[in-house]
Amino acid sequence: MSKIHVTTKVNGDEVEYLCEPRETLLDCLRDHLDLTGAKEGCGTGDCGACSVTMDGRLVCSCLVLGAEAQGKEIATIEGMAEDGALHPLQRKFIEHAALQCGICTPGILVAAKSLLEKNPDPTETEMRYWLAGNLCRCTGYDKIIRAVMDAAAEMREAS
Amino acid sequence: MQYHTPPSFEEASRIAASASGTTRFLAGGTDVLVQLRSDLVTPDDLIDVKHIPGVKEIARQEDGGWRIGVAVAGAEMTEHPDLGRDWPGIVEGMDLIGSTQIQGRATLVGNLCNGSPAADGVPALVAAGASVTVTGPNGARDVAVADIPTGPGKTCLEKGEVISALNIPARGENGGDAYLRFIPRTEMDIAVVGCAVNLRVDGDTITEARVVLGAVAPTIRAVQACADALIGTTLDDAALEALDKAARAACEPIDDKRGTVEFRTDVAGVLARRAAKIAYARAKGEQS
Repeated sequence: MSKIHVTTKVNGDEVEYLCEPRETLLDCLRDHLDLTGAKEGCGTGDCGACSVTMDGRLVCSCLVLGAEAQGKEIATIEGMAEDGALHPLQRKFIEHAALQCGICTPGILVAAKSLLEKNPDPTETEMRYWLAGNLCRCTGYDKIIRAVMDAAAEMREAS
Repeated sequence: MQYHTPPSFEEASRIAASASGTTRFLAGGTDVLVQLRSDLVTPDDLIDVKHIPGVKEIARQEDGGWRIGVAVAGAEMTEHPDLGRDWPGIVEGMDLIGSTQIQGRATLVGNLCNGSPAADGVPALVAAGASVTVTGPNGARDVAVADIPTGPGKTCLEKGEVISALNIPARGENGGDAYLRFIPRTEMDIAVVGCAVNLRVDGDTITEARVVLGAVAPTIRAVQACADALIGTTLDDAALEALDKAARAACEPIDDKRGTVEFRTDVAGVLARRAAKIAYARAKGEQS
């Protein structure tokens, strides 16, 4: 079976990889680009642990083929901190202890950032619906929501 | 598995027509890739239609209708400034499917081709009288959305045929539509019952109506008796009662842990009443 050559942009950097047709973008990020921040939870688009953005749109990278990323712009958790400085969402997650095992955390951070870019002042209900596709089995969600709302408030003040 | 990126629907159709094994078309991938990853369906040829010009466009037609590209994602429909003003029921049906992540990829045509009787995107399309353009080895033809599903997981599409566009008619004056579904939780679940209503009024009187039920029969079902219960009325209590009765009579649901036959049948009547009230208010311009 012939491999597919893909050139794409990940967190602003041009990258290339060779993938099998059935490999997902998640496989390619983790196995070919060593970007292991996005996690495989379910592999069927239910849990959101593999969330990334593709051309600015939040997607499950387990439901995108590696080959489909050709010419796209991908953003992952690895691109969230800038020059070693944590993103406000990341800081607030630590402050509020909004994680325990941490498997869902990269996906939730990417998803929350994607909402705040669209809507810097979401209600708690809007936030909860937006994050409904990011499952967490540890926290009971409450600390996550508090951390995100707090980060949103801080980001609004800073802007 | 061979991955294809044809530049046209004619080419996509040709690849599918000459394929010897299992073929799947890839748009949003939220069903196809799940089936692939869980080894339910492993296509020999996977034909990605997203490189075909126009597949990401939502375009208003000269007659006021809409042409929606086959790779337009649910989120793109929801964000469109005008589509939801014309057809709120179609947009809210699609918007009910899956999470934010799924909405970034899932398509209405994919929801149709997956052939689920519980597809949330489809009832409002049938209620609107929408059609799809099918490109096949013998050229293109238009088929009513209502005629595409033939049973759970099955469609009338022949080998080599691919849906190349979705066509929604002009809204016209004094019309309104709505879609409601029942699920046991508040978000991200499969419809236990779905109901779409599309109607037109003249003053307070309903002049045209279509009522479509989902998840209560092997295919999505347009119910003429429900429409008849509404036409000529002002949606008074007697009309709602007749609608409820006709909706319940049209149900042939499955019985499972998510909903018994009695429950699904009862809920079909309730949703028909509620969806009719919303569509009526929208038709009269009292609700967006």
